[in-house]
Amino acid sequence: MKGGPWAGLLMFIPALPLLGFLLLALGVGRRSRWLVTAVGVGSVALSALLATELGLLFGYLNPARANVDVDWGSWLSVGDFRPTFGLYLDALSLAMVLVITVIGLLILVYSSRYMAEDPGYRRFFAYMNLFVGSMLVLVLADNLLALYLGWEGVGLCSYLLIGFWYQDPANSRAAIKAFLVTRVGDAALAVGIALLFTQFHTLQISELLRRAPEVWPVGAPLAVAAAALLLAGAVAKSAQLPLQTWLPDAMAGPTPVSALIHAATMVTAGVYLIARMHALFLLAPTVLALVAVIGAVTLLLAGCAALVQRDLKRVLAYSTMSQVGYMFVALGVGAWGAAIFHLVTHACFKSLLFLAAGVVIASLGEERDLFRMGGLRRSLPVAFGTFVVGGLSLAAFPLITAGYFSKDLILYSAWTSPQGSVWLWGAGVVGALLTSLYIFRVIFLVFFGAQKRQPERVGGLALEVPLLILAALAVAAGWAKGPLTAWLATALPPVAGATPASEMGLSAIATVVSLAGMALAALLYFRLPARVALWAQSSGPEVVRRLWRAGWGFDWLYDRVFVRPVVWLARVNRGDVFDDGFRAAAEAVELASRILRRTQTGRLRWYAAGVALGAILLVALMVVRP
Amino acid sequence: MTATVSPVLVLALAAAIFAVGLVGVLVRRNLFFVLMSLEIMLNAAGVAFVAAGAMRSQPDGQVMFLFIVTMAAAEVALGLALVLQLYRQLHTLDSDAAGEMKG
Repeated sequence: MKGGPWAGLLMFIPALPLLGFLLLALGVGRRSRWLVTAVGVGSVALSALLATELGLLFGYLNPARANVDVDWGSWLSVGDFRPTFGLYLDALSLAMVLVITVIGLLILVYSSRYMAEDPGYRRFFAYMNLFVGSMLVLVLADNLLALYLGWEGVGLCSYLLIGFWYQDPANSRAAIKAFLVTRVGDAALAVGIALLFTQFHTLQISELLRRAPEVWPVGAPLAVAAAALLLAGAVAKSAQLPLQTWLPDAMAGPTPVSALIHAATMVTAGVYLIARMHALFLLAPTVLALVAVIGAVTLLLAGCAALVQRDLKRVLAYSTMSQVGYMFVALGVGAWGAAIFHLVTHACFKSLLFLAAGVVIASLGEERDLFRMGGLRRSLPVAFGTFVVGGLSLAAFPLITAGYFSKDLILYSAWTSPQGSVWLWGAGVVGALLTSLYIFRVIFLVFFGAQKRQPERVGGLALEVPLLILAALAVAAGWAKGPLTAWLATALPPVAGATPASEMGLSAIATVVSLAGMALAALLYFRLPARVALWAQSSGPEVVRRLWRAGWGFDWLYDRVFVRPVVWLARVNRGDVFDDGFRAAAEAVELASRILRRTQTGRLRWYAAGVALGAILLVALMVVRP
Repeated sequence: MTATVSPVLVLALAAAIFAVGLVGVLVRRNLFFVLMSLEIMLNAAGVAFVAAGAMRSQPDGQVMFLFIVTMAAAEVALGLALVLQLYRQLHTLDSDAAGEMKG
């Protein structure tokens, strides 16, 4: 073991949630919910404490800000393939660990109340602990194999938790869809890892990143292939085009799951992967450009789709897709730090939005349709206040919200970076307009206007305290922009060769655009509801609305292009074409037996004739052959 | 003086008797007649043995005939027992009626 006094602490961060999972899975707390809460929330709370302590140690006591390397020997050995079970801590993984444990803790506290009446309470916490543990393994792994272990672990937990209410077949279908779609990317990622191993004979990330630029020149075909394969894995996990279709359906899971897995942590694993392997992506400029284009297109398409959804959680799902698109844009222009900074702020405000939405949904008896909500600002003041804070942060309300600082940094990088362009910047600005438009549409529809239903009282400290803390984080995380980006720069290089531009000017444009979006939403909702109603009835916008509501028809397209041909092929080939040979042999034998069976007439005289014929033949043979 | 008969003729007679018996076995459905036809075939075989023995001036042919007579007695005893059982089961002597082992 090397790496200083905190190396011993480091292993407990992923180990504690995994231990919590084991205890819960083995039946601790079968009779007492209190014990389940203690184990499920307590293990993550201890992890969060350790992570905070580690962050302080790392930030202040380690002036060199060196990487911490912990190594517990190898876990399998095949030829020269000897992966170790090591952990690796630098500013990037520490930022991820803090997000996962702290936000995970808040969401688990919230869940302890939100899920309290659910019969699967223990199962829920077991899965959640397994998820937190796997995610921590993913971000702390020092080699790609352990990273892949965590990668698959979170995929499994995502599947289990989307289908948590498995009694409803629709939920199970959504879970299977999420699993299968992400599997496409996982397969590509596995191939990419194997490709890197064949070239370097190691999976140690630091080793790979050090040696890749020595071996491969910029634009080397193998580097491009490896980066493209890793990108495919990241795209599927982070719900980017063209593998984004699973995320809206993933909202079938309980709301805390959506907040933790499908907003704050797992969907950003792709961003983490690209940031972690940034040296490899720098060797493949075409793939890096593709990252930015995918991000830009996704953020626009998802933003449009979010505008017209009726389901509150689906709006947030498309919004997540769109915000991860911003992170991809930042990655694509080489602004790794900006992407991770947006990841952190997004984790705060998006999980806040989900949790507040969870309160709204629960108070209306699992009602998710925006048009059956309304006027809830008086009856649900805490949810209203925190949702508005989260919405302002998402819409990048200037100067006070975290989302403003991180989105601003991304837009600035998209403009100034040598890989950036005015198009990427423009897409980001249009996306900002869409963002503030759709989130304020939700806020106005849910909290303003006439109250359509009287909400039940749901609440309690366990629900409200996490909401308030997250609301504080959704604002305060932005103030840490300076130190946080400087600190991330110890692990991730800054944008190289940026052309300086007026940050104030760019920022002003983005600000005006996002404020215009809010104003437009207010105008449409409060001043021109008649116009909106008119649009709702005319046929032209109806086509667009239906297209957007269906997420640009990707589900329809994939159903035609992939699902149906495969199902057709399966139906045609139900009897397996390779079995036909064996089946033919069996049928020949059966045919012969059917013919021979005719000779067994059961008639004595027939048999006697046979015997006589045989005897005559024998005699004839003897006579003919001397 | 004994008139000599050509052994070939005797063998031809044996073949003719055998053929009669065989046809009887094949065409008669009544099990009694089948048994009687079998007896005829056995006798044909006996005639052939005796003729063959006479041709070689050896007594073995006649010894074999005695064996055949003995065996025929045993066969008839067994055959009649089987016919009796069959009649008890099926109430008929028609051999085609006993077709339960048809494949």
